[in-house]
Amino acid sequence: MNILKFITAGSVDDGKSTLIGRLLYDSEAILVDQLEALQRANRKNDDGTIDLAILTDGLKAEREQGITIDVAYKYFQTEKRKFIIADAPGHIQYTRNMVTGASNSDLAIILIDARKGVIEQTIRHSFLVSLLGLPQVVVAVNKMDMVDFSQDVFEKIVEDYKKLAEKVGLKSVAYIPVSALKGDNIVYQSVRMPWYLGESLLPYLEAVEIPVDTQRDHGRFPVQWVVRPQTDELHDYRGYAGRVASGSLRVNDKVTILPSGFNSTISRIELAEKAPDVAVAGMSVTVHLEDDIDISRGDILVSAHNQPIVSQQIETDLCWMDTKPLDTSHTYFIQHNSKLTRCRIQEILYKVNINNLEKDYDENFKLNDIGRIIIKTADPLAFDLFQDNKANGRAILIDGRTNVTVGALMFRANAD
Amino acid sequence: MSNKEQLDYLDELEAEAIYILREVAGQFEKPALLFSGGKDSITLVYLALKAFRPGKFPFPLVHIDTGHNFDEAIIYRDNLIERIGEKLIVGYVQDDIDAGRVVEQKGKNASRNQLQTVTLLNTIAKHQFDACIGGARRDEEKARAKERIFSVRDEFGQWDPKRQRPELWNLYNGKIHKGENVRVFPISNWTELDVWNYIRRENIPLPSLYFSHERDVITRNGVYMAASPFLNMDEEDIVERKSVRFRTVGDMSCTAAVESYADQIDDIINEISESRISERGARMDDKVSEAAMEERKKGGYF
Repeated sequence: MNILKFITAGSVDDGKSTLIGRLLYDSEAILVDQLEALQRANRKNDDGTIDLAILTDGLKAEREQGITIDVAYKYFQTEKRKFIIADAPGHIQYTRNMVTGASNSDLAIILIDARKGVIEQTIRHSFLVSLLGLPQVVVAVNKMDMVDFSQDVFEKIVEDYKKLAEKVGLKSVAYIPVSALKGDNIVYQSVRMPWYLGESLLPYLEAVEIPVDTQRDHGRFPVQWVVRPQTDELHDYRGYAGRVASGSLRVNDKVTILPSGFNSTISRIELAEKAPDVAVAGMSVTVHLEDDIDISRGDILVSAHNQPIVSQQIETDLCWMDTKPLDTSHTYFIQHNSKLTRCRIQEILYKVNINNLEKDYDENFKLNDIGRIIIKTADPLAFDLFQDNKANGRAILIDGRTNVTVGALMFRANAD
Repeated sequence: MSNKEQLDYLDELEAEAIYILREVAGQFEKPALLFSGGKDSITLVYLALKAFRPGKFPFPLVHIDTGHNFDEAIIYRDNLIERIGEKLIVGYVQDDIDAGRVVEQKGKNASRNQLQTVTLLNTIAKHQFDACIGGARRDEEKARAKERIFSVRDEFGQWDPKRQRPELWNLYNGKIHKGENVRVFPISNWTELDVWNYIRRENIPLPSLYFSHERDVITRNGVYMAASPFLNMDEEDIVERKSVRFRTVGDMSCTAAVESYADQIDDIINEISESRISERGARMDDKVSEAAMEERKKGGYF
């Protein structure tokens, strides 16, 4: 059994909270006391059934306003898989929350209201999912009960969406007609849409494969911490602790330490008391090298045969997340894996109007704006391009005046 | 890639938690691990062993002692500390009561649960901890579902749900101003069942309270409470002998027991898988109002 992390993109009006509530309810992930709290809250649908949407509305202010403001994480499990749902708000003013939720997901469910079809919001959500490099998308055409479960309506939406998917660069898309409110094609196959021969949503999510890059020459291992007991019996012990970001590392593999450029060979890999021969992407291990080299937090061990770019000038996508606009005269912190350094904005190339995907040459980056810039870092970074290797091609910007995370970066080219 | 190389879900959760613990070590000057004696913080200690051995932990364990402890929890704590050879700091709620900084609650439902927030904040200030690792999980409660893994608290220990930092990918921003601190939750993405399955897989010993045993209990607000000198009882309270176990271990005046015959970990996992009551449902402190947890967190609770 493994974990599938997914985000649901849509708004309250599309029935997003109801969809999540339905998944939890029909897969029996809701416990009795939570159901009681639900009944105490006394929110009912028009037909008297309990309002499942309230299950996912967390904070008090949100309950009062009836909207989802922040990303809420929900958990459920079936016999086949553990699921982590990032429930993010869909409205344009919460774009940063959706970007945050998408950054922690492998798959996106894009909700479309069957009565409305592909709308501006769908374009925006699909663009964001593509920008964040999610490998898999499910388009859930919801409220099929409101269009008499019509096959024609569904097929028209599929046709429209395929054009959009091509435009934003989404390659792997599945389409499912559902009614979250009535439960059609969520957990159980709908009897009211016999023309739909595919899987219902939950069986689909249980089976879908998310590719993980464990190729040996894609090995990237950012060092988080150096383990040095310095006791009498472990006087010379020096282990580099970290999590394999991508690819795999094997004992006897040749590695290069960046940014210094020294070469060495992996002599031992430790995982608690075990000493595995190989560590693949996602594993937290401690690595030992044959040579005594000065390595500290912020350095990265990479496969000697396939090295990342080392540069101080990077062309990158930026999603701006702060209420204070981007200040091109300010020096920000940049955090790239375990490396923290400073950076300046060298050039703003363009912004993207995320509702129609047109380029905009306005230089003023405000909250939720997305676009392309060139940055210059104080220390060189050893990075890959986001489209080639997500784990080593992303970073965050931090404003040292407030210490708040103000931007998400996806590296697109070496600008040196 | 082949499925064989893919990590099992417990491996994945473990790897993530170890990664987070090492980020704390790498990013902070004076971190601490908040240890309650409950299964979640015990799991954290075992994860820290995997993250830092053969080195020492780069932080002490900190226990906020309400004085209303189950004996079993204290015995377990002291044995654990001796076995792993790490440093323990204890903050006593009694000290704050004696100094008049807090006033003991009165009445039938009196508990020291809320008082411990003051002791926690005093302990953090005294030792100047800049990060406190805790065993909270997002599946426990609605307010927690939105909390970050690195959750910044102001100098009053307050959590402001509206001012949370965006938390992207696995890039945790631990930068803070002087006086602020960060609560870090490495097992945010674990459920109660995940914790139990991990404890079984790793053979982690637990305090005997978690397993079925005979105990004198009374019924309060529809749940069983251990009869103890810390509970304000009167003639209406009828003491009964029951076979019970605890699903969470807080202090004696606010942790409810469930009737159970599960005395082996396999039985407990079966019981939880079939049970339709969430684990916080067995805590009096959350029954107060639907927004109870959110209010307490804003005030600096764990």
